[in-house]
Amino acid sequence: MERKIRVLVGKPGLDGHDRGAMVVARAYRDAGMEVIYSGLHRTPEELARMAVEEDVDVVALSILSGAHGTLVPKVIEHLKKEKGGALDVLVLVGGVIPHEDIPALKAAGVAEVFGPGTSTEEIVEYTRTHVREKRAS
Amino acid sequence: MEALFEMIRRGDRPALARAISLVEDGAPGSRELVQAAYRTPGNSRIVGITGAPGVGKSSLVDGIVNELRSMGRSVAVIAVDPSSPFTGGAILGDRVRMKHRTTDPHVFFRSLASRGHLGGLTRATGDVLTLVGVAGFDDVLVETVGAGQSEVDVMKYANTVLVVLSPGLGDAVQTLKAGIFEIGDVFVVNKADLAGADRTRAELEMMLDMRPPGGWRPPVLKTVATTGEGLPELAGAIEAHYEYLKSSGGLKARVRNRFLASLEEYLKREMVDEVLRAASASGELERCLAALEAGKDDPASAASRLASQYRAASSCSALVPSERS
Repeated sequence: MERKIRVLVGKPGLDGHDRGAMVVARAYRDAGMEVIYSGLHRTPEELARMAVEEDVDVVALSILSGAHGTLVPKVIEHLKKEKGGALDVLVLVGGVIPHEDIPALKAAGVAEVFGPGTSTEEIVEYTRTHVREKRAS
Repeated sequence: MEALFEMIRRGDRPALARAISLVEDGAPGSRELVQAAYRTPGNSRIVGITGAPGVGKSSLVDGIVNELRSMGRSVAVIAVDPSSPFTGGAILGDRVRMKHRTTDPHVFFRSLASRGHLGGLTRATGDVLTLVGVAGFDDVLVETVGAGQSEVDVMKYANTVLVVLSPGLGDAVQTLKAGIFEIGDVFVVNKADLAGADRTRAELEMMLDMRPPGGWRPPVLKTVATTGEGLPELAGAIEAHYEYLKSSGGLKARVRNRFLASLEEYLKREMVDEVLRAASASGELERCLAALEAGKDDPASAASRLASQYRAASSCSALVPSERS
């Protein structure tokens, strides 16, 4: 049996809108994955701790506040610190992210950014494919 | 695996997290890990927390962790939520209520999906508890899925069971029923700031007074997990019950229960899987199912037949080993 894919759906920072996060969490669940939902208003440090303790393959961050430029690199920095240097999880970002901000996020270690209008099928498919690649490597 | 085990003993967080996944998945190497873990028994106090969905178990866990930490005790939490019977997926939402101690170095939190196991926990519970024990936590809190009336597996694994209720969930008859109300060592009426808390408490007290006298009389405590009200008293009750177990010899029996429960899990897995595999290979399973569909058999007879065929086959092969080679 293939190992279960575990995903942390995280809400960093002060933004309190979690409808998007819940829709994505539900889509992952329906695709047979185990989803840990962080709850609202988490700090980058808290999210990194959760990712480590839950031994997830994916950290999916939902941000609608515009603070992605600050929060996402901090989450990645804490993830690396907790794991002793290497980033061994797939980091995805969803929410309202201006196009011009995407290169910087990817440079920081984000694998993919999903903006408004992305279908849940696309997110699930991307996640499944890339987790398999990551595990195989 | 040896290196991973040593890291767990030293309290390495990622190592413990990884090991739990391996054991959950039954991955290669997990057997060795579990073997080593049971031979290095920890000394953790195991507290089970159960109750219906929405009574505030997760918030209470957050409050208890905070209370135990302020007493200087290290705490691990194992929180179970249900897996979908259709897709095998799960939403594990027990962390949402964790507000205190979220980055405390002496706290570990892990969510587990039930993965089809009934009874309120997951099949790997016994092994996971043993691994966490190796890491040396003073206390392990085990939070069950939102329990109905008969999810009572937690009593097999915990030293102390907290049964959590909130006001307004039915009348005194509910408390008379068999099942979850029989397994509490401590009863907690959470959300005690809501109307009806005193009534719920009184009904529980009445139920408990009908027990035969002697032994441990479970206390009934009122808490408001979100404000911390009643939590010091709850920590005190957990302590008192543990002391009672130690002095009465009950602790030994509970630890023994836990091993028996794990043993049962493995036996079921080995025997049931084995019988089904053999029956499937011989075509007997197919014949049984066809007979059931045709209304010419019943599950009880079919199961006895499969079991005795399996026994006959395995005793033959034991007597004549040369035939197998």
